[in-house]
Amino acid sequence: MTTTTEAEPQPRPATGRGDRVFQGLATAAGITILAALAAVFVFLAIEGVPGIGKPASSYRPLESFWPYVGRLLFGTVLAALVALVIAAPFALGIALFISHYAPRALAVPVAYVVDLLAAVPSVVFGLWGARVLGPHLVPVHAWLDEHAGWLPFFAGPGSVTGKTVLTAGTVLAIMILPIITAICREVFVQAPRLDEEAALALGATRWEMVRLSVFPYARSGIVSAVMLGLGRALGETMAVAMVLSASPVYTLNLISSTNPATIASNIASSFQEATPDKLAVLIATGLVLFVFTFAVNFAARAVVARSEQRLRR
Amino acid sequence: MARSIDVSDLDIYYGDFLAVQGVNLTVRARSVTAFIGPSGCGKSTMLRSLNRMHEVIPGARVEGKVMVDGQSLYDPSIDPVAVRRQIGMVFQRPNPFPTMSIYDNVLAGNRLNSRRMKKAEADDVVERSLRRANLWAEVKDRLGRPGMGLSGGQQQRLCIARAIAVEPQVLLMDEPCSALDPISTSAIEDLIHELKADYTIVIVTHNMQQAARVSDDTGFFNLKAAGQPGHLVEFNATRKMFSNPDNAATEAYISGRFG
Repeated sequence: MTTTTEAEPQPRPATGRGDRVFQGLATAAGITILAALAAVFVFLAIEGVPGIGKPASSYRPLESFWPYVGRLLFGTVLAALVALVIAAPFALGIALFISHYAPRALAVPVAYVVDLLAAVPSVVFGLWGARVLGPHLVPVHAWLDEHAGWLPFFAGPGSVTGKTVLTAGTVLAIMILPIITAICREVFVQAPRLDEEAALALGATRWEMVRLSVFPYARSGIVSAVMLGLGRALGETMAVAMVLSASPVYTLNLISSTNPATIASNIASSFQEATPDKLAVLIATGLVLFVFTFAVNFAARAVVARSEQRLRR
Repeated sequence: MARSIDVSDLDIYYGDFLAVQGVNLTVRARSVTAFIGPSGCGKSTMLRSLNRMHEVIPGARVEGKVMVDGQSLYDPSIDPVAVRRQIGMVFQRPNPFPTMSIYDNVLAGNRLNSRRMKKAEADDVVERSLRRANLWAEVKDRLGRPGMGLSGGQQQRLCIARAIAVEPQVLLMDEPCSALDPISTSAIEDLIHELKADYTIVIVTHNMQQAARVSDDTGFFNLKAAGQPGHLVEFNATRKMFSNPDNAATEAYISGRFG
């Protein structure tokens, strides 16, 4: 046996060149994205770090960098959390409807329409939020002020223009809805048929089947989806800039007309008339947002990894 | 507790595709009934129509009658969820819930439909079900560990424990040993013998020796021809099926001349 194979030359793998080319392309793509991210970070660091110690006039009406960026970061997180609280349950519901409840004839168009939401430019959402949604939410603000005023979030007085964190958060919620829905839908659809049938065969209703077999399986995917949505909400610029009338404060009050801006919207609205000093300050706030978003994503991945490890054991 | 099942003129469809045609048979209470036949002849489809699991596939439906102790299974007033609580099922591949402990897996069915149990009662159900499934001795010290940590054979016995924890009237088994080694298979077969005292069992199997070993009655399914629906060729006492079947096709299949 061995003698015969020795005589023949080893056949070369037929796809050798194609494999190498593709591997090169894939590696290049992967390295490029890393390099781009690193370049962004380097740019932010070089241009932004000097912004931390500029003269007090650059931080008007505040006096130094950290209080200045602190209020902005607070506003960013607050608006993003409002958006998540509104969007996440909606997105989960829509995704579940598409994957497990709706008849096929309905599921496909609904999925399509939700995906279309992602194609609307954020400026349009901003305009709509400021011009249409805000005024329409004024009665809601008044109602919340009156009936839920004991909560710090709704302490009031309710804004009469509707230009509030609540409105901004609602607009953001609509903007992050498609990404959360799309990912959740994909994960839900992939829930193992065998596990679903195990639940159904025990006499589970559809909802119980979802709770027993779909959610445990989809947990890490849901966290990823929500984190991606949060990332988008944290970084969203125009919609928030157009809706909010900002002032540098710390407040949990979502419905008053005194609101903190977000980092991104503050950059967008201050960028045009910025002095070089102010520009450095703005870039420094961008650096803070970058680091913060990175940290949030990192923490989320860690949570997911840990829960998956527990699953495997 | 155990019930008999009467099937008459049952046609089973996937959408417009007729998968199984004209089945008539009677499953006796407290006995083991085996369905044998070549792949794709509709054995599993037939089994799944006995607890209305067939219809969870979009477009799937049945025509004809399935009576469980005189009550029609497909009556419009019957809730399929209620049917599945009374007619349990064990699948081809063991499928314990991956995020749950052994303990919680056994109780999964009991905790459905918002039923609450006292701790002592729950402990009791878990121990009784695991004992019945011949798994208690192996897992009693690690009930809190994930069900997925068990071996394949143990997982399948865990699934059987889960199915009998809700005290069903009928237990359907869809090739329960096809993913298991011979020792685990033998353990499951012994278990089927014991469970027969209390339950009506219907088992689908590819293994004819297994059908001969565990069942009292056997149904042989086959395709009428390629592309044609499956049908029940012969239904008889297992002893007769394997020694002197009425139908020549049955004899050919059992003696290994085809399929």
